[in-house]
Amino acid sequence: MYSNGRELLELANSRNLRLYDVILENEMKISERSEQEIKDAMRKRYNVMKDSSQKALSEPQETVGGMISGDSRKINDFTEEGRTLSGDFMCRMMARALSSCEVNASMGRVCAAPTAGSCGIVPAVIISVCEKLGLDEESAVRGLITCSGIGAIIVKNATVAGAEGGCQAECGVAAAMSAAAVVELAGGTPEMSLNAAAIALKNILGLICDPVAGLVEVPCAKRNASQAVNAVTSADLALAGIKSNVPFDEVVEAMYKVGKMLPYQLRETAMGGLAATETARKIADGIFRR
Amino acid sequence: MIGPSSSHTAGAAKIARIARTVANEDVKRVVFGLHGSFAKTYKGHGTDKALVAGVLGMKEDDENIRNSFTIAELNGVDYQFREIDLTNAHDNSVLIEIIDSNNKYHKVIGASIGGGRILITNIDDFEVEIAAENPVIITRNKDKKGVISEITSLLAQNNINIAVMRVSRKEKGTEASTIIETDDEISHAIIDQLSQIEYVDDVKVMNFMDNKAL
Repeated sequence: MYSNGRELLELANSRNLRLYDVILENEMKISERSEQEIKDAMRKRYNVMKDSSQKALSEPQETVGGMISGDSRKINDFTEEGRTLSGDFMCRMMARALSSCEVNASMGRVCAAPTAGSCGIVPAVIISVCEKLGLDEESAVRGLITCSGIGAIIVKNATVAGAEGGCQAECGVAAAMSAAAVVELAGGTPEMSLNAAAIALKNILGLICDPVAGLVEVPCAKRNASQAVNAVTSADLALAGIKSNVPFDEVVEAMYKVGKMLPYQLRETAMGGLAATETARKIADGIFRR
Repeated sequence: MIGPSSSHTAGAAKIARIARTVANEDVKRVVFGLHGSFAKTYKGHGTDKALVAGVLGMKEDDENIRNSFTIAELNGVDYQFREIDLTNAHDNSVLIEIIDSNNKYHKVIGASIGGGRILITNIDDFEVEIAAENPVIITRNKDKKGVISEITSLLAQNNINIAVMRVSRKEKGTEASTIIETDDEISHAIIDQLSQIEYVDDVKVMNFMDNKAL
């Protein structure tokens, strides 16, 4: 059993295991379920993720506010045309992240990872990296189990609610979870995984939650796209051997404290930040006047 | 789950589903009092639809959540929303007040604490702390010596392990409440046995086993 990143790392290193092995073992113990049952439950979630990250690539979803409908298809088409600056891999991944966000904003089925507002990141990163590395579904499910272990540690020691910690607690945590998992899928060490998670979370530290019109569309969807990118670039930094000078657990603690310091207006109340701009107010008036 | 927010949609539906259980699945009228972030974003986040879906018994992954208002109207369930201020409550909190078909009043306060996880903090004016992940027994009993030991020994005889237990009362010697979270599912037979204990006035059981599978 472990309650933070340091303990998880010690368990993995002392027995020469992957983070995945330790996380799975722990889950089997606390849930009293077999390896097969846990993998089956995770495969169900993986299937929901696969659907949500694919659905809007070709058909725009009619979202409640109509502010992000069709964005996933735009970047997907742009990628197909071969015009990308950041590369096809990055752009296809952003298209997937935006797709889940469109499905979510149209009250469709998604898998909260860790939350619905941040539901685009984990699927986009895991699916895109597995595709790039030629890994099968079994590996993707393993990756999701590693994600869940990192997420559970953050839930235990901090928060994943935007109303408590801002966007850093949602999209930041999703980026950290994904970064740790893809480092492992790419053959990195457990230490590299935790460095990647720490780097990803540091990159988004302090980000507020300021949803326009109180909808989960703007700026949420684009932040999902950008945090998927953050997860992969953080993973690359860690795989190259770059360390986070501040260890993972302390970054999590800092994130939590920053969240507590954020004023109420910047924690999912739609009262500050982008939500309080002139344009956002006009949008809100337009949507709720009906 | 169904979007757009795990706290504001999935968590909200779960809290409302518990309120439905508290009201013995009989909801005629319901008033939702929204506090904090819930109050400010409930329309955009679909919290309103999710809460209504929850009191109708829908689960977090039901694609009918978006149609919950229409379904409530078809079933003759009257619902209303208002913004309230619950002192010191979590930013995503809701007070759910239900009138059942016998005009009995039921009340639940719950907080959605992130990622769809919830904490119920008040049931019918008794303070509780329930995550709704394990089976829960709530008894109403007279504040008399020995009642609690009878309850716990009955559970032990039935091979039920107690995970968390909390006893509260309104004032000394009057009405008290025992809230027990267990590791094992509670059968109808056990509910009957608990109800027969002297000074136990009411027994309510919520198994929540289906929440684990989500």
